[in-house]
Amino acid sequence: MNTLLTGMSIILVIAMIVSALMAISKRRLSIAILSAGLVSLIASAMFLLLAAPDVAMTEAAIGSGLTTFLFFFVLGRVRGESDD
Amino acid sequence: MIKRFTVILLLTGLATIFIGLALGYVPDGSLNQSARYYAENTVSDTGAANIVTAIIVTYRGLDTLGEVTVLFLTAAIVGLVLTRGAKAGKGKPMLASGELLSTGAGLLVPLILLLGVYVFVNGHLTPGGGFQGGAILASGIMLVLLSDPMKDFSHRLIAVIESVSGLVFITVGILGILLGAGFLDNNLLPLGKLGELFSAGTIPLVYSLVGLKVGAEFSSMLVNLSETEGS
Repeated sequence: MNTLLTGMSIILVIAMIVSALMAISKRRLSIAILSAGLVSLIASAMFLLLAAPDVAMTEAAIGSGLTTFLFFFVLGRVRGESDD
Repeated sequence: MIKRFTVILLLTGLATIFIGLALGYVPDGSLNQSARYYAENTVSDTGAANIVTAIIVTYRGLDTLGEVTVLFLTAAIVGLVLTRGAKAGKGKPMLASGELLSTGAGLLVPLILLLGVYVFVNGHLTPGGGFQGGAILASGIMLVLLSDPMKDFSHRLIAVIESVSGLVFITVGILGILLGAGFLDNNLLPLGKLGELFSAGTIPLVYSLVGLKVGAEFSSMLVNLSETEGS
């Protein structure tokens, strides 16, 4: 792996750790959900760098796409229930 | 206090394991035995340009059947739990979604569905395949649901797509036992020329069916979730 790839992966890993920490520390749930989706998105970029495009596609479609929206869906449901 | 201490202990333990692994990592000089077999023989065995797809659909086809079954069970259980008590009909009408979302959804949903179909039809040529394409299809359905939560989706249509593709998948597998070398043997159809759309035997057919099945299962989960009322 050459220097450019190594540098990019180090930046991506640091960004992934930062967004994971944001996901567990933020008080507002919507920001926490978005950061959790960001972790998956950076992970899929990381898989692409590691020459695994199939895994990267799965991670981007399911990890950062579907689950993030699903969390928002459930969040809206839970909020709606507490308002009643 | 004890809880925090345990967490710190666990983290340091994990860190030592990972640092040890990272320091002692030496890249392999050559492929190991099974990887070399796949790299050398995939094209002559299956005619697929994407080795990952050839492994998933042909060499390990039974495992894929298991994965699809697990996903089917999940969708069935979600449907069973969520539709109980949701028969009371539509509740209060929700607020209309914003102009931006509804216009954007109208423009983007056909493109997203097209991308999903492209991904699973070309699974044997380019990265991606049934599971990824199915998830992309389901995210298109998700966008429709977000822009119009009151939209009626035909449960019957989703169920028919899901069961027919599952049934044809199993039938192709059993035809492999009867006519070919074994379950999910892909030499039923001609292998064709490497890199063309209609090549690689039954792989495009099976992976498209898997894509439709996965898309229908995810969509049924999402539709069930969106149709349940709050209490």
